[in-house]
Amino acid sequence: MKKTVLVLLMALLVLSSVFAGGQADAQASEEKVVRVFGAFVDEELRRFEEAIVPFEERTGIDVIYEGSKDFETLISVRVEGGNPPDIAALPQPGLMYNFAAQGHLVPMWDSLIKTVDENYAPVWKELGSYDGTPYGVFHRVNAKSFVWYPKKAWAKAGYEVPTTWDEMIALMDKMVANGHTPWSIGIEAGGATGWVGTDWVEDVMLRTAGPEVYDKWVNHEIPFNSPEVKAAFEEIGKIWLNPKYVYGGTNTILTQSYTDSPRTMFENPPRSWMHRQGNFVTTFLQQDIQDNLEEELGVFPLPAINEEFGIPVLGGGDQFVAFNDRPEVRQFMEFLATWESGEIWARSGGALFPYINQDLSVYPSSNDRLVAEALVNAKVFRFDASDLMPGQVGAGSFWTGIVDWVNGKSLDAMLADVEKSWP
Amino acid sequence: MTTTEISGEKRGFLATALIAIGRVAVSLFVPIVAFVVLWAGFIFLRDSNAPQGIIAAVAIVWGVGGVALLFWVTDWVVNRTSVTVAKKLQPFVFVGPALAILAWYLFIPTLRSLYLSFFDAQSNNFVGLANYIFAFTDSKMIESFTNNLLWLILGTGGAVGFGLLIALLADRVKMEKFFKSIIFMPMAISFVGAGVIWRFIYAYKPAGEDQIGLLNAVVTFFGGEPQAWFTMPVWNNVFLIAILVWLQTGYAMVIISSALKGVPSSIIEAGRIDGAGELRIIRSIIIPYIASTLVTVSTTIIIITLKIFDIVFTMTNGNYGTEVIASMQYKQMFRFYHYGRGSAIAIVLVLAVIPVMWYNLRQFSKREGF
Repeated sequence: MKKTVLVLLMALLVLSSVFAGGQADAQASEEKVVRVFGAFVDEELRRFEEAIVPFEERTGIDVIYEGSKDFETLISVRVEGGNPPDIAALPQPGLMYNFAAQGHLVPMWDSLIKTVDENYAPVWKELGSYDGTPYGVFHRVNAKSFVWYPKKAWAKAGYEVPTTWDEMIALMDKMVANGHTPWSIGIEAGGATGWVGTDWVEDVMLRTAGPEVYDKWVNHEIPFNSPEVKAAFEEIGKIWLNPKYVYGGTNTILTQSYTDSPRTMFENPPRSWMHRQGNFVTTFLQQDIQDNLEEELGVFPLPAINEEFGIPVLGGGDQFVAFNDRPEVRQFMEFLATWESGEIWARSGGALFPYINQDLSVYPSSNDRLVAEALVNAKVFRFDASDLMPGQVGAGSFWTGIVDWVNGKSLDAMLADVEKSWP
Repeated sequence: MTTTEISGEKRGFLATALIAIGRVAVSLFVPIVAFVVLWAGFIFLRDSNAPQGIIAAVAIVWGVGGVALLFWVTDWVVNRTSVTVAKKLQPFVFVGPALAILAWYLFIPTLRSLYLSFFDAQSNNFVGLANYIFAFTDSKMIESFTNNLLWLILGTGGAVGFGLLIALLADRVKMEKFFKSIIFMPMAISFVGAGVIWRFIYAYKPAGEDQIGLLNAVVTFFGGEPQAWFTMPVWNNVFLIAILVWLQTGYAMVIISSALKGVPSSIIEAGRIDGAGELRIIRSIIIPYIASTLVTVSTTIIIITLKIFDIVFTMTNGNYGTEVIASMQYKQMFRFYHYGRGSAIAIVLVLAVIPVMWYNLRQFSKREGF
């Protein structure tokens, strides 16, 4: 018995020294690694990894990207647990504000600030700043103020791209007269149901009330149930709540997923004729359409309502922030702030980058080019308001408010409820 | 062990002292070695860059082996003490870790939630009862309470009612085991899995398209208009509750059925001789006889309905007026990061469940068990 115990103890001692030994070996052979954590997965993950290959080859630094659909929960857990990634791609500015306020982030250093100033319009640096200190570098972004349509079906029906809001309404009535349903709208998105609606509201707010009122609205300097906001909802209601204008009426708005709804434009005959969505819409379409985007899919910017504000562009994007300050992390952050980091991805299509000095000719389709041009040239660009509002509203009562309103709740009661929920 | 002790008495004082020192040293040596081994394993798991397969294998060996090692060492240390002390310590070798883990993972977090519920979103400033005021006045919270009440009444009533009905009927047919197995089967499906299945039953497509949802396919087959079941206020709750009833009827049926078998046939015979009809026998003999079982089953399902989350979360996400308390807690906690409100709602939920739980345990202890 005693012998067995002795042998066991010896074995355990040997085992523990093996652990220690293995650890030392691992450290010795370690190369320079930058760990990046973000919310995008699958196809986008692969494209991102392709895009950073030039950096890895040039510097010998290994960039390991890890994506998770539960990013927003996990990143907070990891940061609070003292185990943050080197760099994280934060989809919501609010997350950045939280981490910056708690002192977890590495503020931009001089050379990075210089690169950002050279390559971006000022609005992007402001969006990546907290309390006047810049932290976030924007890479791939999206622009949402666009209307997509089935090119071939439009040509056959003789529809033409509207350039003003009134022309668009006239076109919608023409479609209805022809027995066509103008819009496909679907706001179902699992836990995020309603966000498509918030984009509509924001786009219309920018067009009816203008960017200044929009900023006040985002910062809660005007109440959520102020007349300007109500007016925007009413403008949308004219389209959304009219069953002639929207395929399937309000029930379909509520229950159709935002990824399925643009597909209805490409059925034969089309069930719907227009779809307002960001430039990422192409990834939702049928595979045979995706293969022939140039011939099949058309796009135009959502027209202006008040000419004074031009055609504003609404958008969003992940901002990369650094949690650990190491030379290789700095190098990678600076790489992300250059057009080189986006070029390969832009070339493969479906992605949009904000760099002012980018080469528009690499975008593979005319749609991508049109969107990129509209973004770079927009007089007014604003970040998605719901992403800027506190989570209680921007990812809560604003979403559910849209759902309740479409499902029959009165506009005044809904707006008052959202206003009440503002923390 | 006893032989060494006896022989120890024959030795001199020095020998006894040496043995005592040796015992202390050995007693310390083993726990220290155990600690070193566990610590080395922990450091390895935390810092190693080894391939994930190796890390996973080490984690399993370290986790399972570590628990065994800890148990073995504690047991070994306790056995080294005198018999009277060992007798008192021994039970805690077994029940102690369970108590410690319960305290660490259940009791302390509950107290911490209670503490956090008096603070603001970031847990920085004391806000008194503000979070509880929110929990009882916010329109979505009131909606949740009403819906939970609906779940409690219809969910529990439905599952227990159908369970009783089927148990009574199955008791009287030949292929009892077969039917009971089929009805019991949904119990094997998780709430989330059931949610996914029932999404296909309730799925809605606009009129004119192929209906991929079973229910709408039936409706349109008979010439009706397809319905968006989830968006119908109040009724959508009933559609969700149906899923719970589908899942829990089997459980209720099995327990009630076994209680039915315990009803002495002599009493039923006596009832028949006295001229009671079948319904009268069920009402006046069987139900009173199995009343305590019914109460236990009901309270168990009541607790499930109070805590209901998975079904709502997978099906409607609390939209269209189907919010429940647990989904509100999740949203406050993990979407809005309002730890104060999330904790307050959790405490309200705990307070709602505790009386039912207490009653449930008392019922159990009446029928042995505790």
